[in-house]
Amino acid sequence: MSESAPHIAIVKMYQARQQIYPRDVNGRYASLRWLCVWLTQLMFYGLPWLNWNGRQAVLFDLAARKFYLFGVVLWPQDFIYLAALLIICAFALFLFTAVAGRVWCGYACPQTVYTKIFLWIERKIEGPRSARMRLDRQPWSVVKLLRKSGKHLAWGALGLWTGFTFVGYFTPVHQLAREVSVLGLGPWQWFWILFYGFATYGNAGWMREQVCKYMCPYARFQSAMFDRDSLIITYDAERGEPRAASNAATATSSSASSAAACIDCSMCVQACPTGIDIRAGLQYMCIGCAACIDACNMVMDKIGGRRGLVRYATENAIAGGLSKAQIWRRIWRPRVLIYSAVMLALVTVLLTSLGMRVALKVDVIRDRGSMGREVENDMIENVYRLQMINTDETAHRYRISVSGVDGIVLATTDQVTLAATETRLVPVRVRTPHGAGRGGSNRIVFEVQAIDGSTSRVREKAAFFIPR
Amino acid sequence: MADFTDGFWSPFIAILTILGMLGCGLLLWMQATTKVKLEPGKDPSDNTTGHTWDEDLGELNNPLPRWWMWLFYLSIAFSGVYLALYPGLGAFAGKLGWKSTGAYQEELKQADAAYGPLFNQYLQEDLKIVAADPQAHGIGERLFLTYCAQCHGSDARGNKGYPNLTDQDWLYGGTPEIIKTTIMQGRHGVMPPMGAILGSDKDVEAVAHYVRSLSDSTHDPIKAVFGKPKFAACMACHGAGGVGNQALGAPKLSDKIWLYGGSAETIMETINKGRDNTMPAFKDFLGEPKVHLLAAYVWSLSNRADSTAAVAATITLAAGAPQ
Repeated sequence: MSESAPHIAIVKMYQARQQIYPRDVNGRYASLRWLCVWLTQLMFYGLPWLNWNGRQAVLFDLAARKFYLFGVVLWPQDFIYLAALLIICAFALFLFTAVAGRVWCGYACPQTVYTKIFLWIERKIEGPRSARMRLDRQPWSVVKLLRKSGKHLAWGALGLWTGFTFVGYFTPVHQLAREVSVLGLGPWQWFWILFYGFATYGNAGWMREQVCKYMCPYARFQSAMFDRDSLIITYDAERGEPRAASNAATATSSSASSAAACIDCSMCVQACPTGIDIRAGLQYMCIGCAACIDACNMVMDKIGGRRGLVRYATENAIAGGLSKAQIWRRIWRPRVLIYSAVMLALVTVLLTSLGMRVALKVDVIRDRGSMGREVENDMIENVYRLQMINTDETAHRYRISVSGVDGIVLATTDQVTLAATETRLVPVRVRTPHGAGRGGSNRIVFEVQAIDGSTSRVREKAAFFIPR
Repeated sequence: MADFTDGFWSPFIAILTILGMLGCGLLLWMQATTKVKLEPGKDPSDNTTGHTWDEDLGELNNPLPRWWMWLFYLSIAFSGVYLALYPGLGAFAGKLGWKSTGAYQEELKQADAAYGPLFNQYLQEDLKIVAADPQAHGIGERLFLTYCAQCHGSDARGNKGYPNLTDQDWLYGGTPEIIKTTIMQGRHGVMPPMGAILGSDKDVEAVAHYVRSLSDSTHDPIKAVFGKPKFAACMACHGAGGVGNQALGAPKLSDKIWLYGGSAETIMETINKGRDNTMPAFKDFLGEPKVHLLAAYVWSLSNRADSTAAVAATITLAAGAPQ
């Protein structure tokens, strides 16, 4: 018995990336994806240019600490709305992932959207899949240099435009455009435009699926968000196996029960932007873009077979042979209903709260130097300052009144006018007649009411101290 | 960063940090590949790391992307550059000499550049003119509420031991210039304890009643008669008839305005224990331009017919809002 000595192999723990050349596909889901690209990008690139009330409609003015969303002006005190918005986004994510899998990844995620746009540019300049692969294999020539540099210039330009638009959400975009035209930007604007532009160029041009595969956490916890009734991109193995090129001959069989099996054309693999084989089953790298569905359907159409070898289906549907109607009925299960109910409740609360906001904030700060002092006519006096913030974009006139103890009066002027967005500390003196109230702390209420037609009204509790 | 108690710590931190960074790089380089001992006949491409536990439990190798490794090296290089430029290696201050106090000074400089011209513009004007300016009034009010109201009250009417700034009674003088001097340089008013000098407790009580008589407040006339000759000891500071002495800051005893309270008991306490009051000097803390605005504001509190209403009216006009 001869034994060859065990040999040592060097195993690499890190591997060089294999460039992926996704094949173009046309089909229903490809069209849906392009629709999402148009919708999201029209909004992103278009919103900063809209005006409202003489200012930019959507503006996050960090320096002045105000966020403008059309008619809604959010102050730092309104930060709770951001928390509510994020919670709603999270529940929305859970909801549509439970229903239809990774539709966010495949259709709406900025990484996908920008990669798609950058791939389109690449296709226009370097050609379709085989041409791109050939160009990369070629040695450097003038043509290759021109194509490559043209592509990177186009990418760079789009990246810069994206960076400019992003900064336009924080600095008014019309002013920013003027500054750019004379190259007179401030250092921070320069930095953020270039940084965000470089990030767009790097992520969409170079990184592409590396973000989805290795950086994004969504891929890793997707298994916690699906269940056996979630629509996911599925290869119908029962129908497709055993795969063989010879299956093409029997593809046009008219029997409804024997739809065409997989002919191993590998179009689904070529079309995949993350380079996986969907026939191996659900994988964390699959971003749910449905390019493989379109690819397979394209091929099936060509050979006369029935579509749907790779399709959106649920695990239960594959296991139990459910019909489409049955699949749809199972969509409305407890998990989905609960997510929907919670989301509906949160959205209702958020919108109601926003609609009922009062454009006035009042805080009462007691003077601490003296608890209460005796003044003329045997009255007791307490001193406060009212911090009043007019959060509206127009000036308002307010009246201050106080109640809570018999005979309580305001000893300072009771009318205050605040300019738009003005904050003012107003010292007030409050007096009670001798004998009213009880010794020690008395609960009183300040009421500030707008008296110029608007309905802003704020009531704030305070304490009035009567020396014993 | 001279905060270490001993010269040992700075190199200790620096050396450990650098060794740590280099160690990370070394670890990364060593772990980039691994040697796998393969059994005869075993396919080297079966994707395992070669370890086997419990007879048949293997470990798959799913290689990480190589750009991760480059990012790790890049972050080590970045750390090196960062620690050369900024403080972090012990007491080494970094080539850029950044300090948090320096950042603060920079902010102060920017604030001065932004707001300095406004304050200096008012500094050139006479105090009474500044007092009539509504914008200056607003600035003065905000400065007052920030720096003065803790002692003098948000309404400037004072507290026990802190003068009322809205009346016509001034310890050191009520002209705008003297008010400005008071704020700039501060004041230190001391009333020495006079109980021993006056005599017994009965003598102190007599003087207290005499003092109350000076302002026509209710008093015991007999005790006041006995107190009057004793009051001679007080006249050195408080003047004949208790009219006060603004050069010394000695209060006027012949009015009904009392800094600590005007009851006989309180006056006796004042005589027995003395009083010690300090108004801080704001010259260095605020600087003359802000003190100028404050002085004008404080003077305006006692020199308008109905100060709050008049001010509200002028601010309303200035804001251009409908009446």
